[in-house]
Amino acid sequence: MNQFQYNKANEPHSAVKLVAKDPDAHFLAGGTNLIDLMKMGVVNPTKLVDINHLPFSKIEKLPHGLRIGALVSNSDVADSELVKAGFPLLSQAINAGASPQLRNMATVGGNLMQRTRCPYFFDTTLPCNKRKPGSGCGALEGINRMHAIFGASDQCIAVNPSDMNVAMRALNATVHVSGPKGARGIPIADFHRLPGEQPELDNTLKNGELITAVELPYSAFNKNLSYLKIRDRTSYAFALVSAAVALHLEGETIKEARLAMGGVAHKPWRLSAAEEFLKGKMVSEGNFRQAAQIAMKGAKAYQYNQFKLKLAPNTLIQSLRIASGIAAS
Amino acid sequence: MPEKETPGVPENENILSGTRRDFLKQSGFLTAVALTPIGIVKAAESHLDEKVAAFFEKMPLKMEVNGVSHQLSVEPRSTLLEVLREQLDLTGTKKGCDRGQCGACTVHVNGKRVNSCLSLAITNNNKTITTIEGLADGDELHPMQQAFIDHDGFQCGYCTSGQIMSAVACIHEGHAGSETEIREFMSGNICRCGAYPNIVNAIQEVSKGGNKA
Repeated sequence: MNQFQYNKANEPHSAVKLVAKDPDAHFLAGGTNLIDLMKMGVVNPTKLVDINHLPFSKIEKLPHGLRIGALVSNSDVADSELVKAGFPLLSQAINAGASPQLRNMATVGGNLMQRTRCPYFFDTTLPCNKRKPGSGCGALEGINRMHAIFGASDQCIAVNPSDMNVAMRALNATVHVSGPKGARGIPIADFHRLPGEQPELDNTLKNGELITAVELPYSAFNKNLSYLKIRDRTSYAFALVSAAVALHLEGETIKEARLAMGGVAHKPWRLSAAEEFLKGKMVSEGNFRQAAQIAMKGAKAYQYNQFKLKLAPNTLIQSLRIASGIAAS
Repeated sequence: MPEKETPGVPENENILSGTRRDFLKQSGFLTAVALTPIGIVKAAESHLDEKVAAFFEKMPLKMEVNGVSHQLSVEPRSTLLEVLREQLDLTGTKKGCDRGQCGACTVHVNGKRVNSCLSLAITNNNKTITTIEGLADGDELHPMQQAFIDHDGFQCGYCTSGQIMSAVACIHEGHAGSETEIREFMSGNICRCGAYPNIVNAIQEVSKGGNKA
Protein backbone atom coordinates (compact mmCIF):
# COMPACT_ATOMS: atom_id res chain seq x y z
CA MET A 1 0.00 0.00 0.00
CA ASN A 2 1.26 3.48 -0.82
CA GLN A 3 1.99 5.85 2.02
CA PHE A 4 -0.63 8.44 2.88
CA GLN A 5 -1.27 11.09 5.45
CA TYR A 6 -3.70 10.07 8.20
CA ASN A 7 -6.07 12.63 9.70
CA LYS A 8 -8.63 11.94 12.39
CA ALA A 9 -11.67 14.17 12.05
CA ASN A 10 -13.35 15.32 15.25
CA GLU A 11 -16.23 17.18 13.67
CA PRO A 12 -18.06 16.84 10.35
CA HIS A 13 -17.19 20.33 9.20
CA SER A 14 -13.43 19.76 9.36
CA ALA A 15 -13.73 16.37 7.66
CA VAL A 16 -15.65 17.89 4.77
CA LYS A 17 -13.18 20.76 4.50
CA LEU A 18 -10.16 18.44 4.38
CA VAL A 19 -11.60 16.28 1.61
CA ALA A 20 -13.19 19.12 -0.38
CA LYS A 21 -9.90 20.92 -0.91
CA ASP A 22 -7.85 17.86 -1.88
CA PRO A 23 -8.85 15.68 -4.85
CA ASP A 24 -6.57 12.88 -3.59
CA ALA A 25 -8.15 12.76 -0.11
CA HIS A 26 -10.72 10.13 0.89
CA PHE A 27 -13.01 9.64 3.87
CA LEU A 28 -12.25 6.45 5.80
CA ALA A 29 -15.05 4.65 7.65
CA GLY A 30 -15.08 0.84 8.00
CA GLY A 31 -12.38 0.53 5.37
CA THR A 32 -13.49 -2.91 4.14
CA ASN A 33 -13.65 -1.72 0.54
CA LEU A 34 -11.23 1.23 0.51
CA ILE A 35 -8.29 -0.56 2.18
CA ASP A 36 -8.71 -3.46 -0.22
CA LEU A 37 -8.69 -1.07 -3.20
CA MET A 38 -5.62 0.70 -1.82
CA LYS A 39 -3.76 -2.59 -1.44
CA MET A 40 -4.56 -3.40 -5.07
CA GLY A 41 -3.42 0.04 -6.22
CA VAL A 42 -6.86 0.76 -7.68
CA VAL A 43 -7.33 3.82 -5.47
CA ASN A 44 -4.28 5.74 -4.30
CA PRO A 45 -5.25 8.48 -1.87
CA THR A 46 -2.49 10.69 -0.48
CA LYS A 47 -4.67 11.57 2.49
CA LEU A 48 -7.22 9.63 4.53
CA VAL A 49 -9.68 11.44 6.75
CA ASP A 50 -10.86 9.05 9.46
CA ILE A 51 -14.52 9.86 10.13
CA ASN A 52 -15.15 7.05 12.63
CA HIS A 53 -15.38 9.45 15.55
CA LEU A 54 -18.07 11.65 14.06
CA PRO A 55 -21.50 11.53 15.73
CA PHE A 56 -23.28 9.40 13.10
CA SER A 57 -23.58 6.15 15.05
CA LYS A 58 -27.21 6.18 16.17
CA ILE A 59 -30.45 4.69 14.94
CA GLU A 60 -33.22 7.17 15.79
CA LYS A 61 -36.98 7.01 15.61
CA LEU A 62 -38.56 9.88 13.69
CA PRO A 63 -42.30 10.66 13.51
CA HIS A 64 -42.50 9.23 9.98
CA GLY A 65 -39.60 6.83 9.81
CA LEU A 66 -36.19 5.79 10.98
CA ARG A 67 -32.94 7.68 10.73
CA ILE A 68 -29.87 5.45 10.56
CA GLY A 69 -26.53 7.17 11.12
CA ALA A 70 -23.98 6.73 8.35
CA LEU A 71 -21.49 5.11 10.73
CA VAL A 72 -23.79 2.43 12.15
CA SER A 73 -22.24 -0.91 11.26
CA ASN A 74 -24.05 -3.20 8.85
CA SER A 75 -24.50 -5.82 11.59
CA ASP A 76 -25.95 -3.28 14.02
CA VAL A 77 -28.48 -2.23 11.37
CA ALA A 78 -29.41 -5.83 10.55
CA ASP A 79 -29.76 -6.73 14.25
CA SER A 80 -31.60 -3.56 15.32
CA GLU A 81 -35.06 -4.30 16.72
CA LEU A 82 -36.32 -1.05 15.17
CA VAL A 83 -35.08 -2.14 11.74
CA LYS A 84 -36.31 -5.71 12.11
CA ALA A 85 -39.79 -4.48 13.05
CA GLY A 86 -40.15 -1.65 10.56
CA PHE A 87 -37.87 -2.67 7.72
CA PRO A 88 -37.21 -6.42 7.83
CA LEU A 89 -36.38 -6.36 4.10
CA LEU A 90 -33.31 -4.27 4.95
CA SER A 91 -32.21 -6.73 7.66
CA GLN A 92 -32.57 -9.65 5.27
CA ALA A 93 -30.64 -7.89 2.51
CA ILE A 94 -27.76 -6.87 4.78
CA ASN A 95 -27.45 -10.37 6.22
CA ALA A 96 -27.30 -11.75 2.68
CA GLY A 97 -24.14 -9.75 2.01
CA ALA A 98 -20.48 -10.19 2.96
CA SER A 99 -19.50 -12.10 6.15
CA PRO A 100 -20.20 -11.44 9.84
CA GLN A 101 -16.68 -10.02 10.28
CA LEU A 102 -17.09 -7.62 7.37
CA ARG A 103 -20.59 -6.61 8.46
CA ASN A 104 -19.17 -5.71 11.89
CA MET A 105 -16.73 -3.33 10.23
CA ALA A 106 -18.64 -1.99 7.21
CA THR A 107 -20.89 1.03 7.72
CA VAL A 108 -24.13 2.19 6.13
CA GLY A 109 -22.40 5.11 4.40
CA GLY A 110 -19.57 2.90 3.22
CA ASN A 111 -21.96 0.33 1.81
CA LEU A 112 -23.68 3.07 -0.22
CA MET A 113 -20.22 4.03 -1.55
CA GLN A 114 -19.12 0.45 -2.29
CA ARG A 115 -17.30 0.18 -5.62
CA THR A 116 -18.03 -2.45 -8.25
CA ARG A 117 -16.36 -5.87 -8.00
CA CYS A 118 -15.78 -6.02 -11.78
CA PRO A 119 -12.43 -7.83 -12.18
CA TYR A 120 -11.34 -5.35 -14.85
CA PHE A 121 -11.78 -2.55 -12.33
CA PHE A 122 -9.68 -4.39 -9.75
CA ASP A 123 -6.81 -5.41 -12.05
CA THR A 124 -4.70 -2.33 -12.77
CA THR A 125 -3.05 -4.01 -15.78
CA LEU A 126 -6.37 -4.26 -17.64
CA PRO A 127 -8.43 -1.54 -19.34
CA CYS A 128 -11.29 -0.05 -17.33
CA ASN A 129 -13.09 3.23 -18.00
CA LYS A 130 -14.25 3.39 -14.40
CA ARG A 131 -10.73 3.19 -12.98
CA LYS A 132 -9.00 5.00 -15.83
CA PRO A 133 -11.38 6.98 -18.06
CA GLY A 134 -10.66 6.49 -21.74
CA SER A 135 -8.76 3.21 -21.32
CA GLY A 136 -11.68 1.15 -22.60
CA CYS A 137 -13.98 -1.46 -21.08
CA GLY A 138 -12.29 -4.83 -20.72
CA ALA A 139 -15.50 -6.54 -19.72
CA LEU A 140 -17.50 -5.54 -22.79
CA GLU A 141 -15.92 -8.30 -24.88
CA GLY A 142 -14.20 -10.07 -22.02
CA ILE A 143 -15.28 -12.28 -19.15
CA ASN A 144 -18.59 -10.62 -18.38
CA ARG A 145 -20.44 -13.32 -16.48
CA MET A 146 -21.14 -11.12 -13.44
CA HIS A 147 -22.10 -8.04 -15.44
CA ALA A 148 -25.09 -5.84 -16.12
CA ILE A 149 -28.18 -6.63 -18.17
CA PHE A 150 -29.91 -3.29 -17.57
CA GLY A 151 -28.83 0.30 -18.14
CA ALA A 152 -25.25 -0.39 -19.22
CA SER A 153 -23.33 1.67 -21.78
CA ASP A 154 -20.54 0.78 -24.18
CA GLN A 155 -18.24 2.52 -21.70
CA CYS A 156 -19.03 0.28 -18.73
CA ILE A 157 -21.11 -2.81 -17.98
CA ALA A 158 -20.20 -3.15 -14.29
CA VAL A 159 -22.79 -3.73 -11.56
CA ASN A 160 -23.27 -2.26 -8.10
CA PRO A 161 -22.38 -5.14 -5.76
CA SER A 162 -24.37 -4.11 -2.69
CA ASP A 163 -27.35 -5.98 -1.22
CA MET A 164 -28.18 -3.22 1.25
CA ASN A 165 -28.60 -0.73 -1.58
CA VAL A 166 -31.20 -2.92 -3.30
CA ALA A 167 -33.38 -3.02 -0.19
CA MET A 168 -32.95 0.72 0.35
CA ARG A 169 -34.04 1.36 -3.22
CA ALA A 170 -37.18 -0.72 -2.69
CA LEU A 171 -37.86 1.10 0.61
CA ASN A 172 -37.50 4.63 -0.87
CA ALA A 173 -34.62 5.66 1.38
CA THR A 174 -33.24 9.19 1.43
CA VAL A 175 -29.48 9.68 1.72
CA HIS A 176 -28.52 12.68 3.84
CA VAL A 177 -25.24 14.37 3.07
CA SER A 178 -23.29 17.32 4.34
CA GLY A 179 -20.95 19.25 2.09
CA PRO A 180 -19.04 22.50 1.66
CA LYS A 181 -22.27 24.16 0.52
CA GLY A 182 -24.46 22.75 3.27
CA ALA A 183 -26.66 19.72 3.84
CA ARG A 184 -29.13 18.07 1.49
CA GLY A 185 -31.16 14.89 1.14
CA ILE A 186 -30.84 12.74 -1.98
CA PRO A 187 -33.58 10.22 -2.85
CA ILE A 188 -31.87 6.84 -3.23
CA ALA A 189 -33.15 6.63 -6.82
CA ASP A 190 -30.95 9.62 -7.65
CA PHE A 191 -27.98 8.69 -5.49
CA HIS A 192 -26.41 5.97 -7.65
CA ARG A 193 -26.13 6.60 -11.37
CA LEU A 194 -25.93 4.68 -14.62
CA PRO A 195 -22.52 4.59 -16.32
CA GLY A 196 -23.38 6.51 -19.50
CA GLU A 197 -20.35 8.41 -20.74
CA GLN A 198 -18.90 8.87 -17.24
CA PRO A 199 -18.54 5.43 -15.66
CA GLU A 200 -15.93 6.80 -13.26
CA LEU A 201 -18.79 8.38 -11.34
CA ASP A 202 -20.71 5.84 -9.22
CA ASN A 203 -23.01 8.39 -7.63
CA THR A 204 -24.18 11.99 -7.66
CA LEU A 205 -22.25 13.21 -4.61
CA LYS A 206 -20.55 16.54 -5.12
CA ASN A 207 -16.99 17.36 -4.17
CA GLY A 208 -16.40 16.91 -0.44
CA GLU A 209 -19.92 15.75 0.39
CA LEU A 210 -20.10 13.32 3.29
CA ILE A 211 -22.97 10.90 3.97
CA THR A 212 -24.35 11.57 7.45
CA ALA A 213 -27.47 9.37 7.62
CA VAL A 214 -30.10 7.42 5.74
CA GLU A 215 -33.80 7.93 6.38
CA LEU A 216 -36.39 5.26 5.75
CA PRO A 217 -40.09 6.22 5.67
CA TYR A 218 -42.45 3.90 7.58
CA SER A 219 -44.69 1.91 5.27
CA ALA A 220 -46.89 -1.16 5.09
CA PHE A 221 -44.07 -3.10 3.47
CA ASN A 222 -42.89 -4.79 6.64
CA LYS A 223 -45.05 -7.95 6.56
CA ASN A 224 -44.88 -9.65 3.19
CA LEU A 225 -41.37 -9.46 1.90
CA SER A 226 -38.41 -11.42 0.61
CA TYR A 227 -34.81 -10.73 -0.31
CA LEU A 228 -33.73 -13.63 -2.50
CA LYS A 229 -30.09 -13.70 -3.55
CA ILE A 230 -28.73 -16.18 -6.07
CA ARG A 231 -24.97 -16.68 -6.08
CA ASP A 232 -22.26 -19.20 -6.93
CA ARG A 233 -22.15 -20.60 -3.39
CA THR A 234 -24.70 -20.66 -0.58
CA SER A 235 -23.17 -17.83 1.38
CA TYR A 236 -20.50 -15.14 1.25
CA ALA A 237 -20.48 -14.36 -2.46
CA PHE A 238 -21.68 -11.46 -4.57
CA ALA A 239 -25.06 -11.75 -6.24
CA LEU A 240 -25.47 -13.08 -9.72
CA VAL A 241 -29.00 -11.79 -9.32
CA SER A 242 -30.98 -10.74 -6.27
CA ALA A 243 -34.62 -9.74 -5.99
CA ALA A 244 -36.04 -7.57 -3.22
CA VAL A 245 -39.82 -7.88 -2.98
CA ALA A 246 -42.16 -6.19 -0.52
CA LEU A 247 -45.92 -6.47 -0.93
CA HIS A 248 -48.68 -4.53 0.76
CA LEU A 249 -51.44 -7.14 0.77
CA GLU A 250 -55.11 -6.91 1.63
CA GLY A 251 -56.25 -10.49 1.76
CA GLU A 252 -55.16 -11.88 -1.60
CA THR A 253 -55.05 -8.50 -3.29
CA ILE A 254 -51.82 -6.63 -3.88
CA LYS A 255 -52.48 -3.03 -2.89
CA GLU A 256 -48.95 -2.03 -3.77
CA ALA A 257 -45.69 -3.75 -4.64
CA ARG A 258 -42.08 -2.70 -4.26
CA LEU A 259 -39.62 -4.54 -6.46
CA ALA A 260 -35.88 -4.05 -6.97
CA MET A 261 -33.04 -6.16 -8.31
CA GLY A 262 -29.35 -6.41 -7.54
CA GLY A 263 -26.51 -7.76 -9.64
CA VAL A 264 -28.11 -6.53 -12.84
CA ALA A 265 -27.15 -2.86 -13.22
CA HIS A 266 -24.74 -0.07 -12.30
CA LYS A 267 -27.27 0.97 -9.64
CA PRO A 268 -29.86 -0.89 -7.58
CA TRP A 269 -32.54 -1.53 -10.18
CA ARG A 270 -36.15 -0.64 -9.38
CA LEU A 271 -38.84 -2.44 -11.39
CA SER A 272 -41.47 0.30 -11.59
CA ALA A 273 -43.42 -1.05 -14.57
CA ALA A 274 -43.80 -4.45 -12.92
CA GLU A 275 -44.89 -2.73 -9.68
CA GLU A 276 -47.52 -0.81 -11.63
CA PHE A 277 -48.75 -4.03 -13.24
CA LEU A 278 -49.16 -5.80 -9.88
CA LYS A 279 -51.10 -2.96 -8.28
CA GLY A 280 -54.62 -4.17 -7.51
CA LYS A 281 -53.95 -7.67 -8.89
CA MET A 282 -54.50 -10.92 -7.06
CA VAL A 283 -51.66 -12.95 -5.66
CA SER A 284 -51.20 -15.60 -8.34
CA GLU A 285 -48.51 -17.49 -10.16
CA GLY A 286 -49.78 -16.12 -13.47
CA ASN A 287 -49.61 -12.50 -12.33
CA PHE A 288 -46.11 -13.00 -10.95
CA ARG A 289 -44.95 -14.48 -14.26
CA GLN A 290 -46.41 -11.56 -16.19
CA ALA A 291 -44.82 -9.08 -13.79
CA ALA A 292 -41.44 -10.74 -14.32
CA GLN A 293 -41.89 -10.57 -18.08
CA ILE A 294 -42.62 -6.86 -17.82
CA ALA A 295 -39.63 -6.37 -15.50
CA MET A 296 -37.28 -7.86 -18.08
CA LYS A 297 -38.21 -5.44 -20.88
CA GLY A 298 -35.09 -3.79 -22.25
CA ALA A 299 -32.70 -6.35 -20.76
CA LYS A 300 -29.56 -6.94 -22.79
CA ALA A 301 -26.99 -9.66 -22.14
CA TYR A 302 -23.37 -10.07 -23.20
CA GLN A 303 -21.38 -13.17 -24.15
CA TYR A 304 -21.11 -14.80 -20.73
CA ASN A 305 -24.13 -13.48 -18.83
CA GLN A 306 -26.92 -14.69 -21.12
CA PHE A 307 -28.05 -16.90 -18.25
CA LYS A 308 -29.15 -13.81 -16.34
CA LEU A 309 -31.96 -13.25 -18.84
CA LYS A 310 -33.57 -16.40 -17.40
CA LEU A 311 -32.17 -16.26 -13.88
CA ALA A 312 -33.39 -12.71 -13.23
CA PRO A 313 -37.11 -13.29 -13.94
CA ASN A 314 -37.03 -16.69 -12.20
CA THR A 315 -35.45 -15.10 -9.12
CA LEU A 316 -38.07 -12.36 -9.10
CA ILE A 317 -40.93 -14.88 -9.45
CA GLN A 318 -39.57 -17.03 -6.62
CA SER A 319 -39.07 -13.99 -4.42
CA LEU A 320 -42.68 -12.92 -5.13
CA ARG A 321 -43.87 -16.42 -4.19
CA ILE A 322 -41.98 -16.26 -0.90
CA ALA A 323 -43.14 -12.73 -0.08
CA SER A 324 -46.79 -13.58 -0.77
CA GLY A 325 -46.66 -16.87 1.09
CA ILE A 326 -47.20 -19.12 -1.97
CA ALA A 327 -43.76 -20.66 -1.36
CA ALA A 328 -41.79 -21.22 1.81
CA SER A 329 -38.60 -19.23 2.19
CA MET B 1 2.61 -2.36 -4.44
CA PRO B 2 3.85 0.02 -7.12
CA GLU B 3 5.12 3.34 -5.90
CA LYS B 4 3.09 6.30 -7.04
CA GLU B 5 6.14 8.19 -8.20
CA THR B 6 9.00 6.67 -10.08
CA PRO B 7 12.48 8.03 -9.40
CA GLY B 8 13.36 10.88 -11.70
CA VAL B 9 14.33 14.50 -11.60
CA PRO B 10 11.58 16.08 -9.53
CA GLU B 11 9.82 19.17 -10.69
CA ASN B 12 10.05 22.15 -8.40
CA GLU B 13 6.32 22.54 -8.12
CA ASN B 14 6.07 19.03 -6.78
CA ILE B 15 8.50 19.85 -4.05
CA LEU B 16 6.49 22.90 -3.11
CA SER B 17 3.06 21.35 -3.21
CA GLY B 18 3.83 17.79 -2.19
CA THR B 19 3.55 16.20 1.22
CA ARG B 20 6.39 16.08 3.71
CA ARG B 21 7.02 12.55 2.54
CA ASP B 22 7.34 13.60 -1.09
CA PHE B 23 9.68 16.34 0.01
CA LEU B 24 11.86 13.89 1.90
CA LYS B 25 11.90 11.49 -1.02
CA GLN B 26 12.74 14.16 -3.53
CA SER B 27 15.20 16.09 -1.45
CA GLY B 28 16.86 12.80 -0.62
CA PHE B 29 17.18 12.14 -4.28
CA LEU B 30 18.55 15.62 -4.97
CA THR B 31 21.15 15.11 -2.27
CA ALA B 32 22.05 11.81 -3.82
CA VAL B 33 22.43 13.38 -7.24
CA ALA B 34 24.49 16.26 -5.83
CA LEU B 35 26.87 13.96 -3.98
CA THR B 36 26.99 11.62 -6.94
CA PRO B 37 28.80 8.65 -5.40
CA ILE B 38 27.18 5.60 -6.86
CA GLY B 39 26.55 4.06 -3.45
CA ILE B 40 24.27 6.90 -2.45
CA VAL B 41 22.35 6.84 -5.70
CA LYS B 42 21.89 3.13 -5.19
CA ALA B 43 20.68 3.78 -1.66
CA ALA B 44 18.08 6.16 -3.06
CA GLU B 45 17.06 3.65 -5.70
CA SER B 46 16.67 0.94 -3.10
CA HIS B 47 14.13 3.15 -1.31
CA LEU B 48 16.28 3.92 1.71
CA ASP B 49 14.74 7.37 1.57
CA GLU B 50 11.39 5.62 1.98
CA LYS B 51 12.57 4.24 5.26
CA VAL B 52 13.73 7.64 6.42
CA ALA B 53 10.36 9.11 5.49
CA ALA B 54 8.52 6.27 7.20
CA PHE B 55 10.48 6.87 10.39
CA PHE B 56 9.25 10.44 10.54
CA GLU B 57 5.70 9.53 9.66
CA LYS B 58 5.04 6.98 12.37
CA MET B 59 2.14 7.74 14.67
CA PRO B 60 1.49 6.80 18.29
CA LEU B 61 -1.02 4.02 18.90
CA LYS B 62 -2.33 2.74 22.21
CA MET B 63 -4.08 -0.62 22.29
CA GLU B 64 -4.90 -3.23 24.89
CA VAL B 65 -4.09 -6.64 23.45
CA ASN B 66 -5.03 -9.79 25.38
CA GLY B 67 -5.18 -7.79 28.60
CA VAL B 68 -1.83 -6.05 28.12
CA SER B 69 -1.63 -2.35 27.33
CA HIS B 70 0.75 -1.40 24.53
CA GLN B 71 2.09 1.98 23.51
CA LEU B 72 3.20 1.60 19.90
CA SER B 73 4.45 3.64 17.00
CA VAL B 74 3.00 2.64 13.64
CA GLU B 75 2.92 3.73 10.02
CA PRO B 76 -0.60 4.84 9.06
CA ARG B 77 -0.67 2.20 6.32
CA SER B 78 0.09 -0.70 8.68
CA THR B 79 -2.87 -2.98 9.18
CA LEU B 80 -3.90 -4.28 12.58
CA LEU B 81 -2.84 -7.74 11.35
CA GLU B 82 0.67 -6.55 10.53
CA VAL B 83 1.12 -4.78 13.85
CA LEU B 84 -0.10 -7.81 15.82
CA ARG B 85 2.23 -10.17 13.97
CA GLU B 86 5.28 -8.05 13.30
CA GLN B 87 5.44 -5.62 16.21
CA LEU B 88 3.80 -7.64 18.98
CA ASP B 89 5.00 -11.06 17.77
CA LEU B 90 1.48 -12.44 18.10
CA THR B 91 1.80 -14.73 15.10
CA GLY B 92 -1.18 -16.89 15.97
CA THR B 93 -3.32 -14.59 13.83
CA LYS B 94 -2.67 -15.56 10.21
CA LYS B 95 -2.37 -13.63 6.98
CA GLY B 96 -4.30 -15.58 4.37
CA CYS B 97 -5.69 -13.63 1.44
CA ASP B 98 -4.98 -10.22 3.05
CA ARG B 99 -8.15 -8.95 1.35
CA GLY B 100 -10.96 -9.83 3.72
CA GLN B 101 -12.01 -12.90 1.78
CA CYS B 102 -10.74 -15.82 3.88
CA GLY B 103 -11.13 -14.94 7.58
CA ALA B 104 -7.74 -16.32 8.68
CA CYS B 105 -6.94 -12.94 10.27
CA THR B 106 -10.10 -12.78 12.42
CA VAL B 107 -9.62 -11.14 15.83
CA HIS B 108 -12.00 -9.46 18.28
CA VAL B 109 -11.97 -5.66 18.53
CA ASN B 110 -13.97 -4.36 21.49
CA GLY B 111 -15.59 -7.80 21.61
CA LYS B 112 -16.59 -7.97 17.96
CA ARG B 113 -15.01 -10.18 15.32
CA VAL B 114 -13.32 -8.33 12.46
CA ASN B 115 -10.90 -9.01 9.61
CA SER B 116 -7.68 -7.53 10.95
CA CYS B 117 -6.20 -7.38 7.42
CA LEU B 118 -8.68 -4.67 6.41
CA SER B 119 -8.38 -2.60 9.56
CA LEU B 120 -5.71 0.08 9.67
CA ALA B 121 -3.91 -0.29 13.01
CA ILE B 122 -4.09 3.45 13.65
CA THR B 123 -7.90 3.34 13.64
CA ASN B 124 -7.77 0.99 16.66
CA ASN B 125 -6.41 3.59 19.04
CA ASN B 126 -7.69 3.01 22.61
CA LYS B 127 -9.43 -0.21 21.59
CA THR B 128 -9.32 -3.63 23.20
CA ILE B 129 -8.11 -6.50 21.03
CA THR B 130 -8.33 -10.24 21.67
CA THR B 131 -6.34 -12.66 19.54
CA ILE B 132 -6.11 -16.45 19.62
CA GLU B 133 -3.27 -16.09 22.15
CA GLY B 134 -5.68 -14.39 24.55
CA LEU B 135 -8.34 -17.11 24.70
CA ALA B 136 -6.77 -19.72 26.98
CA ASP B 137 -6.74 -19.28 30.73
CA GLY B 138 -3.12 -20.10 31.57
CA ASP B 139 -2.64 -23.76 30.68
CA GLU B 140 -6.33 -24.37 30.41
CA LEU B 141 -7.61 -24.17 26.86
CA HIS B 142 -10.69 -22.17 26.02
CA PRO B 143 -13.66 -24.55 25.56
CA MET B 144 -13.73 -23.75 21.84
CA GLN B 145 -10.04 -24.62 21.46
CA GLN B 146 -10.65 -27.91 23.28
CA ALA B 147 -13.71 -28.65 21.13
CA PHE B 148 -11.72 -28.09 17.92
CA ILE B 149 -9.19 -30.67 19.16
CA ASP B 150 -11.88 -33.11 20.28
CA HIS B 151 -13.71 -32.89 16.95
CA ASP B 152 -10.70 -32.73 14.61
CA GLY B 153 -11.78 -29.26 13.52
CA PHE B 154 -8.70 -28.78 11.36
CA GLN B 155 -6.10 -30.47 9.20
CA CYS B 156 -3.32 -28.11 8.15
CA GLY B 157 -4.32 -25.62 10.85
CA TYR B 158 -3.70 -22.41 8.93
CA CYS B 159 -7.28 -21.17 9.12
CA THR B 160 -7.83 -22.51 12.64
CA SER B 161 -7.09 -19.46 14.77
CA GLY B 162 -9.45 -17.40 12.61
CA GLN B 163 -12.07 -20.17 12.74
CA ILE B 164 -11.87 -20.34 16.53
CA MET B 165 -12.05 -16.56 17.00
CA SER B 166 -15.04 -16.49 14.67
CA ALA B 167 -16.67 -19.48 16.38
CA VAL B 168 -16.40 -17.85 19.82
CA ALA B 169 -18.04 -14.69 18.43
CA CYS B 170 -20.68 -16.73 16.61
CA ILE B 171 -21.91 -18.13 19.93
CA HIS B 172 -21.68 -14.74 21.68
CA GLU B 173 -23.81 -13.19 18.94
CA GLY B 174 -26.45 -15.86 19.38
CA HIS B 175 -25.97 -17.24 15.88
CA ALA B 176 -25.22 -20.85 16.75
CA GLY B 177 -28.80 -22.08 17.10
CA SER B 178 -28.72 -24.71 14.36
CA GLU B 179 -26.31 -26.27 11.91
CA THR B 180 -27.71 -24.08 9.13
CA GLU B 181 -27.29 -20.94 11.19
CA ILE B 182 -23.74 -21.89 12.20
CA ARG B 183 -22.79 -22.56 8.58
CA GLU B 184 -24.22 -19.20 7.49
CA PHE B 185 -22.55 -17.23 10.28
CA MET B 186 -19.21 -19.03 9.86
CA SER B 187 -19.17 -18.43 6.10
CA GLY B 188 -16.54 -15.70 6.42
CA ASN B 189 -13.93 -18.30 7.38
CA ILE B 190 -12.68 -20.45 4.54
CA CYS B 191 -11.02 -23.83 5.18
CA ARG B 192 -9.25 -25.27 2.17
CA CYS B 193 -8.82 -28.65 3.88
CA GLY B 194 -12.60 -28.81 4.15
CA ALA B 195 -12.89 -29.45 7.88
CA TYR B 196 -16.30 -27.75 7.90
CA PRO B 197 -18.42 -30.63 9.29
CA ASN B 198 -16.03 -31.04 12.22
CA ILE B 199 -15.89 -27.30 12.83
CA VAL B 200 -19.70 -27.20 12.96
CA ASN B 201 -19.68 -30.14 15.40
CA ALA B 202 -17.17 -28.37 17.64
CA ILE B 203 -19.28 -25.20 17.72
CA GLN B 204 -22.46 -27.15 18.39
CA GLU B 205 -20.85 -28.92 21.32
CA VAL B 206 -19.71 -25.68 22.94
CA SER B 207 -23.05 -24.03 22.16
CA LYS B 208 -25.12 -26.89 23.62
CA GLY B 209 -22.80 -27.48 26.53
CA GLY B 210 -23.42 -23.94 27.65
CA ASN B 211 -19.68 -23.56 27.97
CA LYS B 212 -18.64 -20.01 28.57
CA ALA B 213 -17.43 -19.32 25.05
